[in-house]
Amino acid sequence: MELLECKHLCKKFDDKQILNDINITIPRGKIIGLLGKNGTGKTTLIKLINDLLTPTSGEVLINGKKPGIASKKVISYLPERTYLDKEMTIDEVLKYFEEFYDNFDIERAKKLLKDLNLNIDTHISKMSKGMQEKLQLILVMSRDAELYILDEPLGGVDPATRDYILDTILSNFNEGASVLISTHLISDIERILDEVIFINEGKIVINSSADELRNKENASIDEIFRRYFKC
Amino acid sequence: MDYIFDNERPIYIQLVEKLRLEIVSGKLKQGERLPSVRELALIVRVNPNTMQKALVELENEGLVYTERTNGKFVTTDIKLIEKVKKELAKEKITKYLNDMKNIGISYDDAVTYLQELGGDE
Repeated sequence: MELLECKHLCKKFDDKQILNDINITIPRGKIIGLLGKNGTGKTTLIKLINDLLTPTSGEVLINGKKPGIASKKVISYLPERTYLDKEMTIDEVLKYFEEFYDNFDIERAKKLLKDLNLNIDTHISKMSKGMQEKLQLILVMSRDAELYILDEPLGGVDPATRDYILDTILSNFNEGASVLISTHLISDIERILDEVIFINEGKIVINSSADELRNKENASIDEIFRRYFKC
Repeated sequence: MDYIFDNERPIYIQLVEKLRLEIVSGKLKQGERLPSVRELALIVRVNPNTMQKALVELENEGLVYTERTNGKFVTTDIKLIEKVKKELAKEKITKYLNDMKNIGISYDDAVTYLQELGGDE
C-alpha cells in the first residue's frame, strides 16, 4: 500500500481554483521536493494532506485511508508558521509533545537540543527566530513518523542554519520513512532529493526522479526550475 | 572526503567518482571496512538512497564488496585497483594533451613542460 496518494484532488476557495486535478503518489523511503513559486498551491496541498482543509473533490489517502486521527500519527508536520506558545519554556514544550504524541522520542530531542547549546529552561519568546525554527524542526524530526512534511523549512534562515537544517533532516528521518519538503529555495536542497514535483498554478507539471531530470535536461534542478517558471 | 557537489550532474555519479579516487589513491585502504550507508551519507551530507546507488555502482565495478551481515569492504584485488588507477591516469593525460593542443603546444613541448614543472614533486 502506498504511503500517500492524491487522486484527482481539487480545491476551490470561492470561485478560485487553487488545486486542479492533483494526482501524485509518495512512496516510502524517499526524500521528495515539492517545488513551486509562491502562491502556486504548495501549502494548500500540504494542508489537505494534513486534514486541515477538506478537498472540493478528489481524495487524499494515507496508508490507504482518508486523513484523520490515524494519519496524524503517521505524519509529522512542520507548518510554515510557528504554533508554539511563546510563553512556554523549551522543557514545557518537550513535555507537551511527549504527552501529545506516542511516537515522540524526548531523548532524541534533548540530545539534538544539547548540540545547539540551548538551555531547556529558556522561554521561546527569548529565542531568536533562527533558534525557534531549529527548535520546531527538532520537535518534528524527533517523532518516529512514517512521513515528515516540512513546509518551507528553509525560509528566512542564514546559510549556516540551512546546513544545520539539512543535516538534521538527513540524520533523523527513520529508515523507510519519507520526507516531503516544500520550498522555492531549490539550489540549497536539491542534492538531498530523490524525487521532484513541480507545481504551477495548482497543477503538477513535472513529477520525476531528480537524477533522471538532471540527465534529461543536462542542468541542475534549480536551473530547470528557473527555465520552466521564467516570469 | 569533501562534499562539494555540482548540481548539474547526478549526485550518485559524483559520489562514485569521489569514492573511486579515494580507493585508488589509497585513502581508503584495501580490505578496509566502510562505514554504513547511512553513516557515509551523513559524512558527505547526501540522501542515503543516493549513497546506496553509488555503492551499488562501485560493487558492480568490483571496487567494493559486501560481506553478508558484516558490511561493505574495499576490494583487496590489487590488480583491479592498479587497472582503475591507470584508466584514470589515461583519462587525465588525454585531457592534458588535448588542452595543450588547443592552445597550440606540440606533443613534445607538452612533455617537456610537464617534466620541467612536475620536477618539484
